[in-house]
Amino acid sequence: MTDAFVIATLRPRWWRARALRRFLRHRLAVTGLVLITALTLACIVGPGLLPYDELYIDLRGRFAPPLTGDHYLGTDPLGRDIAARLLMAGRISLLVGFAAMVLSTAIGAVIGIVAGYRGGWIGTGLMRFTDAFLCFPQIFLLLALAAFIKPSAIMITVIIAATSWMEIARIVNAEIRSLRERDFVLAARMSGASHMWIMFRELLPNAAGPIIVAATLTVARAILIEAYISFLGYGIQPPLPSWGNMLNNAQQYLDSAPWLAIVPGIAITLAVTSFNFIGDGLRDALDARSDLK
Amino acid sequence: MSRYLARRLMQSLVLLVLVSIVGFAVLNLAPGGPLSQFALTPGMSEADLARIAAQMGLDRPLPVQYFEWFSRLFVGDWGNSFRDGRPVLEVIGRHLFATLLLMLSSTVISVGLGTLVGVMGATRRYSLFDYTATVLAMVALSIPTFWFGLVAIYVFALELGWLPAGNMYTIGDRSFVDYVEHLILPSVVLALVNVAIWSRYMRSAMLDVIDQDFVRTARAKGLDRRRVLVHHVMRNALIPMITLAGIQLPTLLSGALVTETVFTWPGMGRLFLDSLGYQDYPVVMGLLMFSAILVLIANLVADILVALADPRVRLE
Amino acid sequence: MSTRRLTVRDLRVGFRTEGGFVEVVHDVSLTLDAGETLAVVGESGSGKSVASLALMRLLPAPPRARITGRAILHHGGEEHDLISLSEARVRRLRGARIAMIFQEPLTSLNPVHRVGAQIVEAIRAHRGVSRGDARRRALELLDLVGIPEPQKRLAAFPHELSGGMRQRVMIAMALALEPDVLIADEPTTALDVTVQAQILELLRALQERTGMAMLFVTHNFGVVAETADRAMVMYSGRVVEEGTVEQVLTRPLMPYTHGLMRSVPRLDHAGRSSEPLGTIEGFVPDPAHLPAGCVFHPRCPHHVPGRCDAGLPELEAAAEGHRLRCKRWREIAEVPA
Repeated sequence: MTDAFVIATLRPRWWRARALRRFLRHRLAVTGLVLITALTLACIVGPGLLPYDELYIDLRGRFAPPLTGDHYLGTDPLGRDIAARLLMAGRISLLVGFAAMVLSTAIGAVIGIVAGYRGGWIGTGLMRFTDAFLCFPQIFLLLALAAFIKPSAIMITVIIAATSWMEIARIVNAEIRSLRERDFVLAARMSGASHMWIMFRELLPNAAGPIIVAATLTVARAILIEAYISFLGYGIQPPLPSWGNMLNNAQQYLDSAPWLAIVPGIAITLAVTSFNFIGDGLRDALDARSDLK
Repeated sequence: MSRYLARRLMQSLVLLVLVSIVGFAVLNLAPGGPLSQFALTPGMSEADLARIAAQMGLDRPLPVQYFEWFSRLFVGDWGNSFRDGRPVLEVIGRHLFATLLLMLSSTVISVGLGTLVGVMGATRRYSLFDYTATVLAMVALSIPTFWFGLVAIYVFALELGWLPAGNMYTIGDRSFVDYVEHLILPSVVLALVNVAIWSRYMRSAMLDVIDQDFVRTARAKGLDRRRVLVHHVMRNALIPMITLAGIQLPTLLSGALVTETVFTWPGMGRLFLDSLGYQDYPVVMGLLMFSAILVLIANLVADILVALADPRVRLE
Repeated sequence: MSTRRLTVRDLRVGFRTEGGFVEVVHDVSLTLDAGETLAVVGESGSGKSVASLALMRLLPAPPRARITGRAILHHGGEEHDLISLSEARVRRLRGARIAMIFQEPLTSLNPVHRVGAQIVEAIRAHRGVSRGDARRRALELLDLVGIPEPQKRLAAFPHELSGGMRQRVMIAMALALEPDVLIADEPTTALDVTVQAQILELLRALQERTGMAMLFVTHNFGVVAETADRAMVMYSGRVVEEGTVEQVLTRPLMPYTHGLMRSVPRLDHAGRSSEPLGTIEGFVPDPAHLPAGCVFHPRCPHHVPGRCDAGLPELEAAAEGHRLRCKRWREIAEVPA
């Protein structure tokens, strides 16, 4: 319920009730919320309940298919329990995805709001700079950066954020531009409010709806991106498991042990689908123009 | 039209300069800057490094280095590959065709299927079909491309044995049919996400048009349903889709990189990863800049096409 | 005896909404003869536009919208019921025998096609003529509706023309196949006053020339006086008063019509009258929650509790051709408001 609660506190009460109702009526969004909550809980408490440690190597029990003894999802080429690894990997992947979203939303919001509020040369310059970033295919940029840095989980998060803030910047910029000339901004300016105050206390909350929607979809994308670069070997490094790097060796065993590839992929798809569903529901709930029936 | 074109060209040039600044910044972000690859070479002393740095002009101020780098970029001197000493542009050129072929065939699939699904969804709004398409599109957007590639290989290449698991052709065969067989799986895998994107946008572009007054006029004239749909609704819905195609190119390139990796497809994405592995930075940087410039040009072309498709833009 | 063009009987239109089925047009009946103009007058929300779109069958398909009743289009001894015909057969009449022009000339033309092509398309939808012949006809039509340099305008895009010119193009398109009935839905509302007068003049001249019947939907009594032979006042989806323009405009008997008339500034009174401009208190009721009895009673200065709010008043005749829906019209008429 946290997502719905966050949006609910941002607008007047009549609006809150309606947005929440529309969100809940959106069956997909609720499905997504339930799924991601379950997945997150499983990742938090699950590893403690499983019989195996995610790092425990059992060379005699390598390549066990799913449902072999206590290995519910089978074992990997080193005989490690896939279920345990999957849940531990989920902690990393979800955390990286979430943290990258927070960071990129912050970067995008600041750039968008400054560009939109200041306008003029600074505004145009910042937005052209954003356009320049958008010209680079994200994976290319990400891999070039990843090759230069020490791939720790924190650095991976930072570079994912550094290459995915542009869309939020554009959305915020467009919102702020349309809000800038409204009465309440003029009123704030006349009453002597500082630029900082107007930007972050008056304008930003009013752009909250689109930001929240974009941020939710950014989590989905960040999880995917992390999986891509970890799969390619430039992301989260073993022995720290992530959904992406669990798939990293899967291709060579595709014929003999397909579950190595299938299991983490389903986890990624589930998590990403959930966030996309939630984002879609939030868009319908927060966007006055949406045509929900 | 010519004024619009001139303005748009100027914007692209400004953007090119900004793109090059971003590229240059990435290049210099490497610990030790462009020298990092030499620093890793065994037996390299500090003095050697300093000499190389001076040789490469790295002891000069950054802005000077940038201008030099940019002017060489501009005249097509993109440096040489560390791996085989060939000019970077030549190396890229040899991998360009494979990537373009893959992107083209997958675009044919995604635009065709996406348009069909989008139009059907918009004309049957809130129907079972529309609802199913919406959900499937969102799921498709959530499936990691490389994983979908792995599953496709497992099912169609390994289990069913219908199609090859990778590469662009069979050594010793290289017939047309052989190429097509190799092209199918990667194209479909790369198309998955794009079908979803295209169908969603097509649907909403159609819905933006379908309730407009001129559509009612077209019906009031007694035109048949099909003509109203194609000539009036789709014709107008197409305009934002041209822009979308330009905007989506980076995503398509990213997807191509991942797809090429899984299917060992000898394109630019594959080259990028190989070059990363060999720490062949001139090629890595070259590909980075090349793809950005490609996107820049694609967006320019898209804007020109929009101007051709929409008489209102031409006048501005 | 004049030729009948359109006979509408008990037209009802309703829509499916979130809160259930809502009827917005109730029991509308009207007739229209060749060369005659009937003005349908009412505030926005009175159902006048919905009714005209229903006659053109331009409303969403059932179950989203439901149309019942009969709307007979008379054409050379044939009778076509616009309500019950299949979509394919209605399509052949639409634009050919019954045409329509709309309120918003700015958005009613497709922005990406040339004006000429849009007229040619209308012609070729009904006649198997060559592109060249259709083009020649389009040129004639532009000339007919008074567009200067028609040859040049054929190649123009809609945004290159002024609002008045665009409405002329719309009229040219509607007249392309010489329809028997033309529905004009507020065709001058979005235009400047001088252009309004020109368009009205044009429509009148064209009507004289072709003998078409016109259904003129408007909220403007000035336009009614200028164009119509008969007027029909609608309120909340019902006909509340109808008669000749003379009857309805100079001797309105229904309090609603009276109120509407008083809210129109009159040029001939300007400056010398101290009488304030009247307004009607309140709003048009929500079609999903219509008041009981006479739907106008909550806003009516003459309403009597226990009488006006019990039972819908019938349309009754006050004079030859003059009918209205009010239980107290006789009493009110004796004591002018």
